Amino acid sequence: MNLPVIIKFVIDLLAVLLLALGIKGLSKVKSARDANRLAAFAMLLSVIGLLSYYLGTSGIDLQSWTWIIIGSIIGSLLGAILAKKVPMTSMPETVALFNGCGGMSSLLVALGVAIFPISNNLENVDFLKSLINEVSISVSIFVGAITFTGSIVAMAKLQGWLSTPGWTQSKFRHFVNIVFAVASLIAFFDLINGNTSSIWLLVLVSSLLGIGVTLPIGGADMPVVISLLNSYSGIAAAAAGFVVDSQLLIVAGAMVGAAGLILTQVMCKGMNRSLVSVLFGGSLSAQSTTSSGSAEYTNITSCSVEECALTLEAANKVIIVPGYGLAVAQAQHTLREVTKKLEQNGIEVVYAIHPVAGRMPGHMNVLLAEADVPYEQLKEMDVVNPDFPATDVVLVLGANDVVNPQAKNDSSSPLYGMPVLDVQEARTVFVIKRGMSAGYSGIKNDLFDLPNTSMVFGDAKKVLSDLIGELKDLGVGEK
Amino acid sequence: MSFISLLWVLLLGSLLGLELIGKVPPTLHTPLMSGANAISGITMLAALTLIVKAEGNLPLLIIGSISLGFALFNVVGGFFVTDRMLAMFSRKPSNKK
Repeated sequence: MNLPVIIKFVIDLLAVLLLALGIKGLSKVKSARDANRLAAFAMLLSVIGLLSYYLGTSGIDLQSWTWIIIGSIIGSLLGAILAKKVPMTSMPETVALFNGCGGMSSLLVALGVAIFPISNNLENVDFLKSLINEVSISVSIFVGAITFTGSIVAMAKLQGWLSTPGWTQSKFRHFVNIVFAVASLIAFFDLINGNTSSIWLLVLVSSLLGIGVTLPIGGADMPVVISLLNSYSGIAAAAAGFVVDSQLLIVAGAMVGAAGLILTQVMCKGMNRSLVSVLFGGSLSAQSTTSSGSAEYTNITSCSVEECALTLEAANKVIIVPGYGLAVAQAQHTLREVTKKLEQNGIEVVYAIHPVAGRMPGHMNVLLAEADVPYEQLKEMDVVNPDFPATDVVLVLGANDVVNPQAKNDSSSPLYGMPVLDVQEARTVFVIKRGMSAGYSGIKNDLFDLPNTSMVFGDAKKVLSDLIGELKDLGVGEK
Repeated sequence: MSFISLLWVLLLGSLLGLELIGKVPPTLHTPLMSGANAISGITMLAALTLIVKAEGNLPLLIIGSISLGFALFNVVGGFFVTDRMLAMFSRKPSNKK
C-alpha cells in the first residue's frame, strides 16, 4: 500500500465513525445540534479524503477541477439559500425536495457510467466485475429515479400544487403500477444482458413508478412517505457506491437507508398506520367518505372569543393542543403571546403534543420552539393524557383527528385504535376552527358534539389576536 | 475491493444503521429525518469520482457536474436546514416562571 491509499483509508474510517456518531447524536435533544455539525464535518472530511487520494495517485486535470468547482458552487449556493429562506412551516416539502435531488444525483452518476463506460478503467477488474457493475448501475438508476420523482410528487402535493386525482383511488392504479414494475424488471434484465439502450426504458418506467406510487397517497400520510423515500435515497447512494467502488459510500448509504426505515416505522406507529396500508391503501379520506357518510353534527355549541377569554381568565390550568391548522395559519407566535398573558396571571399552561401534530412528527415542536415556547412546557401525549381530568380549559387549535374520541370509543371508526389526546376529560374544551370541515381522515369528530365543547369559528391567527385583545380588556397579565 | 467484501460492508453498514436509532423522541423526528437526508447526499463522492475519471470526456464531465450540484444541494441545504431547526431547541428558555 502506498501513502495516498493509507491516508484515504484512515480518513474514510474516521468519516464513517463521525457519521455514525452524528446519526446517533441526532436522536437526543441535548446532543442533536453538535451531532448535525459533526456529520457535516464528516462529509467535508470525506471529500477531502477523496480529492487528496486522486491528487496523490492519478492527479486531477484542470478540466475536471473546473467542472467540480462549477457544480459545487451552484449546488451549495442554491441549497444554502433555500435552507435560509424557507419558512419553518414548509419544512416537510423542503426535506422532500432535498431528498429528491439526492436521488437524482445517484441516478445521474449511474447513467453517466452506463453511457460512457469509463468505470472499466477503475482498478482491479475481476471476472464478476462487469456483471456487478451492470446490476449496481441498474439498482442505482431504479432507486434513484423512484426517489426523485416520488419526492417531487410528495413536495408538490404538500405545497398544494398537485391534488389527488380521482382515478388514483381506484383499484386500477395497482394494475398501472404493476405494469411499471414489470416493465422496469424487463429493462433491468435486458440491461444486464448487455443491451445498453434499455437503460432509457429503465429510467422512464422507474420514474413513472415513483409517480404512480406516491400520487395516490393522501396528505396525512405524506411524512411517512418522505421518510421512506429518504431511506431509498440512502439505498441509491449505496448502489452508487458499488458503481464507483467506494466503501465509504456503501457504508453511509446503508446506514441512512436502515436508519430511515426505522424512523419510518416509528412514524407509522405514531399514526396508527401500517406501512403497507400507507403505500397501498390510498388516501384515508377517500375510503372513509364511502364507509361512514353520516358526518352530521347534532349538538354544536359555538361561542364568541369574549366568552372564551372569560373562561380562560378563571382557569387554573390550561392545556393547548396545537395542530396542523395552527401551522397553516402561522399562528404560533400569536399563540405564544396569549399563553404569556395567561402565565403572567399565574395560570399553568402546558402544550400537549400529539406524536404526529403538525405536518410531520416533531414538526410542531420545531414551530413552537421557533415561537420561543420553553421546552419544558411541551408535553408528549402519554405524559399529558392523565392530566386532562384536572384541567380547566383545553384550547384545541387546528387539531382534529388527534382529539377525536372515536378512536377510543367506536370500533367501527377508521380511526379506531389511533392514540389520541383525551381532551374531552377536561372541564371545558374550546375548539378554534375555521369551519365544520373534517380533518385529514374526513371523519366526523365526536368531540365537537359533546356538551363541554364549544366551537370558536375563525382563522386561528385572527381568533388568537382577538383573544389577546379580550384578555387585555379583562386585565389579564397586567399585574 | 472484491465484490464479497463490499457486500460485507453493505451488511455491516445496514446493521449499524438499524442499531443507531433505537429510541427517538418525537421532537427529533423531523430534524433526524432531515439530517439523515443530508447524509444521503454522500453520493457527491460518486459524482466527484465520475468527474475525476472523465478524462476530458465533455458529456461525462457535464453529467458529473450536474450530479455533483444536485448532491451538494442536498447536503448543504440539508445540514443548514437541520441546524436551523435544532437551533430553536437549544435556545435557552427565556422566561421560566
